[in-house]
Amino acid sequence: MISFNQVRKSYRGGHEALRELSFAIEPGELVFITGRSGAGKSTLLKLIPAIERPTSGTVLVNGQNIGSMRRAAIPYLRRNLGLVFQDQKLLYDRNVFDNVMLPLAFTGHAHKEAARRARAALDKVGLLAREKANPITLSGGEQQRLCIARAVVNRPSILLADEPTASLDSASAAEVVEMFRAFNQVGVTVLIATHDEALVQRLNPRVLALEQGRLAA
Amino acid sequence: MSTWLRQHWQTLGMTLGRLARDPLAALLNVMVIGVALALPLGGYLLLQNLAGVAPRMTGSPQVSLFLAQDAGKNDIAALEAQLKQIPGISALRFVSREQALEGLKQSENLADVIAALQTNPLPDAFVLEARGGAAELEKLETQLGALPKVAHVQLDSAWVRRLESLLALGRMAVMILAALLACGLVAVTFNTIRLQILTQKDEIEVSKLIGATDAFIRRPFFHLGFVQGALGGLAALAIVYLSMQILNGSILALAQLYGSDFKLRFFGMIDCLALLAFAAVLGWVGAYMSVSRHLSGIEPR
Repeated sequence: MISFNQVRKSYRGGHEALRELSFAIEPGELVFITGRSGAGKSTLLKLIPAIERPTSGTVLVNGQNIGSMRRAAIPYLRRNLGLVFQDQKLLYDRNVFDNVMLPLAFTGHAHKEAARRARAALDKVGLLAREKANPITLSGGEQQRLCIARAVVNRPSILLADEPTASLDSASAAEVVEMFRAFNQVGVTVLIATHDEALVQRLNPRVLALEQGRLAA
Repeated sequence: MSTWLRQHWQTLGMTLGRLARDPLAALLNVMVIGVALALPLGGYLLLQNLAGVAPRMTGSPQVSLFLAQDAGKNDIAALEAQLKQIPGISALRFVSREQALEGLKQSENLADVIAALQTNPLPDAFVLEARGGAAELEKLETQLGALPKVAHVQLDSAWVRRLESLLALGRMAVMILAALLACGLVAVTFNTIRLQILTQKDEIEVSKLIGATDAFIRRPFFHLGFVQGALGGLAALAIVYLSMQILNGSILALAQLYGSDFKLRFFGMIDCLALLAFAAVLGWVGAYMSVSRHLSGIEPR
């Protein structure tokens, strides 16, 4: 489903974020990517939705080569991925419901069907009662859950989360991780980057430990 | 196809909603475009009225046909019959030499001079009203000069030529003004859209991250430019219409002094629609340029 082969990524200025990284993730897996700040976790996650392109090596996502992908094809790749960000990237000029409606606007669903899906997604993350609220009035944990609802509303086959619990208290963090586990149990492939070792140990999942852009031995 | 239409429809609704959310800014933009378009539009209205009305204002161009001194009653009758056959002549009036002399006697400062004359030096004459532009009048002049017993043809076409060249000059000036202000409209839209892109930077970035195509992201800005241009065109029509109504009060009073009921008439439906379409397309062009220039700079990191 996702495979990295000898992937190297260096940024302008010579910083090498990833060096000779190879691994493969099968459909339905739950994988944690761990490592200290600067180990290359975010870069790894950015390569999958083609936010960044590999400098060398190949990244395959659902059989598509990210390195050689045409610009025009990228939106369609991203629609099949659910992205959860550390800073949520919510839109504060509209309410909770309309935030979740955003991805459905460009997939061309009829309004009724889109609204049904958006409410289903909000229900899954326990925010259905807050649909009219502005995201700015939500707590940190609620904002992160809203971000998850927006990521899953298009029913992606892969969920990518970059430090989803970094700014949350431990109770909210546990809730969020539990949600990812629930999505994984219905067959969604989930990749979570985190430096929260306690979280990882509790779930005992597959772990890709990065160290200076390589897999740690 | 229905998806494509629905997306356009939804976008249009969103665009109008966005304009309505900040009505003052929208109104000011529309006003700028409206005033810019109203200038050439007003000029065009004046020219159109002037060109349409000029021939009617003086009847039609006059031609005076002076006969030879030895023309007798039979010659005159024959000539009149011939003149009536010429298609370019719309009216015909005979002025005998006696009538002409009487006319001169009416003017005070010439009465003494005329009283001193032994014989009547004036010729018989026909006064004709002709149809057509300057070129046709000149052809008519040659034709009339060749008729028997015609001593002199005096063509009053100088003013026609003058008016025509004046109108041509006016048209050119309006065209230049229109071209300049069309550029202005494009520039205004370019800037508005640039600001709009900056205010929606977050939304654009998030949309790109979660799979919006470039076409989808661009669409609302095209709509905005288009709608703003059309509304500006509407404002221009309103400005010109109101100005015309104000002017018409004074024009009517002036025209009545000359026994005319002349007043400015507004554009027809086709002209109005053409202007709206033109303004909308210019708005679209400004939006297109702005989007091409500014949207590519917003890429998620």
